[in-house]
This record gives sequence, structure tokens and C-alpha cells, in this order.
Amino acid sequence: MSKYLVNKFLYTIDRDPDLVERYRADPAGTVAWWESEKAGEILNLPGGERTTWLSFTDAERRALVSHDHVALFAMGAHAFLTLTLWIAMFERDFSEPLGMQLDYAAKLARFSLPYPDITT
Amino acid sequence: MAKLVAILATTHHPFYYRTSLLPAEEAPPFAAEWIRKVEAYRETLTRARPDVLVMVGSDHFHQLWLDNMPQFLVGKAPFYDANHYNEEREFGLPKLLLKGHEELSAYILREGIDAGFDLAFSNELRVDHSITCPIFTVRPQNDLPIVPIYTNIFAPPLPRPERFVQLGRTIRQLVDAWPSDLRVAVIGTGHLSLELGGPRQFGPHGPDPEFDAKAVEWIASGDLDGCLAEVTLDSLHAPGNATHGFMDFMLMMGIAGGRKADYADNLDLFHTMEAYFTWYPNGVDA
Repeated sequence: MSKYLVNKFLYTIDRDPDLVERYRADPAGTVAWWESEKAGEILNLPGGERTTWLSFTDAERRALVSHDHVALFAMGAHAFLTLTLWIAMFERDFSEPLGMQLDYAAKLARFSLPYPDITT
Repeated sequence: MAKLVAILATTHHPFYYRTSLLPAEEAPPFAAEWIRKVEAYRETLTRARPDVLVMVGSDHFHQLWLDNMPQFLVGKAPFYDANHYNEEREFGLPKLLLKGHEELSAYILREGIDAGFDLAFSNELRVDHSITCPIFTVRPQNDLPIVPIYTNIFAPPLPRPERFVQLGRTIRQLVDAWPSDLRVAVIGTGHLSLELGGPRQFGPHGPDPEFDAKAVEWIASGDLDGCLAEVTLDSLHAPGNATHGFMDFMLMMGIAGGRKADYADNLDLFHTMEAYFTWYPNGVDA
């Protein structure tokens, strides 16, 4: 389980408008590129000082590649990060106000308390 | 000594700014009442004639990240840029520049550390909508210097509710003892019951109206003991997965010293309860 790295992916994609579009259009390519090039970047350090041990599990990679927010929720990815990025990517596909957010919630309907732990 | 002229504790709703600018024919049905309530609330700050604002909020994974996460952080800078690309994208919030009050920041850091809080600090902080929402609602002219104080309500492990209350009490003691002739207002924002990214999000009301009613009563009546008796890190999961933001209200109750609020108002909106409280610790006309 590398919840931290999943969160780091969501966080670093969400804050970059180009990456938001790239992840929407090409999730498999974006996840593969990000894991090989960006996963090891420590955000406040120069590029050479990389983390050497971080990688996704197969299930995490699959959830990210398939834009599966239900699987991410089940794994304990930070719910705010996932939601914010999903709004950026998919709200445009719904015509009703809050249509995307309500669809997102309905897909999570099987979860009851306690929700999966988001502690990293 | 400085005078603490007002304490404001409120929800921060990032959609207020955009909603308040809509022409009447495009505005949702709840907009007029929302705007009226916010403008009435603004007056509770205006009448206190503050010179400087201490502003309590929480970064939403903008600048503060899991590789280096402070629990409580005080900004110490002459200026603060504000709002981030994804807040502009999602909420339509404009970029802002706020003035800082470095002397008060330095004082709170020094004295706060000596009082038992190992406060983190930042000399280059870009504040987010937890700080700018109340600027838009209660001080839209954005003319006063601020001291931002960030709390971690977002990335567990979190400090416990008691710690938020203690920090509030400490901030109160520090402001009361600040050797200055300035008039200080403290403004803090948080949430009542709230769900974001979970199955209960964006319902017709907040996810837990019963919790909201109780919370409003705790804050309005200043019932810190009752609140602390019921609220724990575990209990806050039940009303909604983002309800730990209520601990910022508890911090503000600590600043107010468990006193009944001088002004209390709320508004039931489509996925959250909005709430507005003001205390005048030295009297309305201090």
C-alpha cells in the first residue's frame, strides 16, 4: 500500500492545468510517465535529490489508469484530492449543476462508516 | 496593551464569491438571503474598527504537503499572495495580495512557543480560500494587515480537539497581552458537518443536520464543556468525512473563552450549513 504516493500523484496532477488535461485524455500514459519520471521528485528539493523507493502497487496503478475513484476511495486515497481532480476532469461532461458530484457520490453508495482510513 | 475588539467564527464557503456576483436573473434562489446574511455579518466586524486581523484557517493541500506537514503554522511575512490555480478553476476565486503584520506574527511565534506550542512558521506563504473567503465576506476592501494561522484539520494524524481549544486560549492570552495600541480582530473559519469526496456529499442539506444544530448551539451559547464532552477525533467522522474542520470552530471558542456569542446566525444551504458568530470580548463599543 502506497497511499502517500497515490495522494502525491493526485496532488501534483491537480495543481498543473496541462497535467489535468493529459491525465483526462491519456490516463495510462500519464500514470506510466509520472511513475517513472515524477514519483521520486521531492517537491522542495532539486531534481537530483530523488526518492529511490516509491512505487505504486498494481492495484493502485490500475485504479489510477482506469480513473476509478471508487477503488481509490476504498484504498484510502485522500477523498478531497480525488474529488477536486475529478471535478477538474469530468464536471464538463455533465449538463446539470452538481450532476458530476452527485454521480460521483452515488457510485460510492456502498460505503458506510467507518470509511477507509486516509491516514498516510 | 492591544485591544481584542472582535472574534469572528464562520464557515468558509468557496462558492459565495461567485454567487454574490451573479446578476439577479442568473442567481440561484438562495442567493439573496445568503448575501443579506453575509452583509449583516460583515457589519459585526466593521463596527469593531479593527486595525489588524489574526486569521485562522487551514490549507487544503495547496502549499502544505504530506512530505512536510505542520500541525499549527503561523505566517510571518510582509505580504501574502492568495488563492491558487485550482481555486480559480473550481470556485472562480480571484488572486489576491494581502498585507502582513510581521510584528504581531513574530510576537505570536515567540510567545506561543514559550507558552508550549511548537509553532511552525512560513516566510513565504500563499494563503488559500480558508483565509480569503472571510476577506471576501467580511472585509472585501482587503485593507488590513493580517497574521495567518494555519491548523491541520486535513491530513491525519491530527491534533485532538482539546489542543485546538488550548491554542485558542493561548492566542487569546497573547493578543490580550500584546504591547501595542492596535485594535485586533481574530477571524477563524471552519466547517460544521461536511462531506467531500464521499457518498454523502452535496446533498440537499449538510450531511448531518442534527450535528449542525448541536454545533450551532455549542458555539452560540459558548458551551465549550458540552462540546468537548462529545467531540473527539473519532466522533467527527460520523457527521461527514470533512467535519474535522469543526475543530477550527473549537479553537475560536477557546479564544472567546467559552462565552455566549454576541451575534449568531446560520443558513441552511444545499450541502452545508453556513454559520456566522461574533463575540465582543471588551464590549460592543470597546
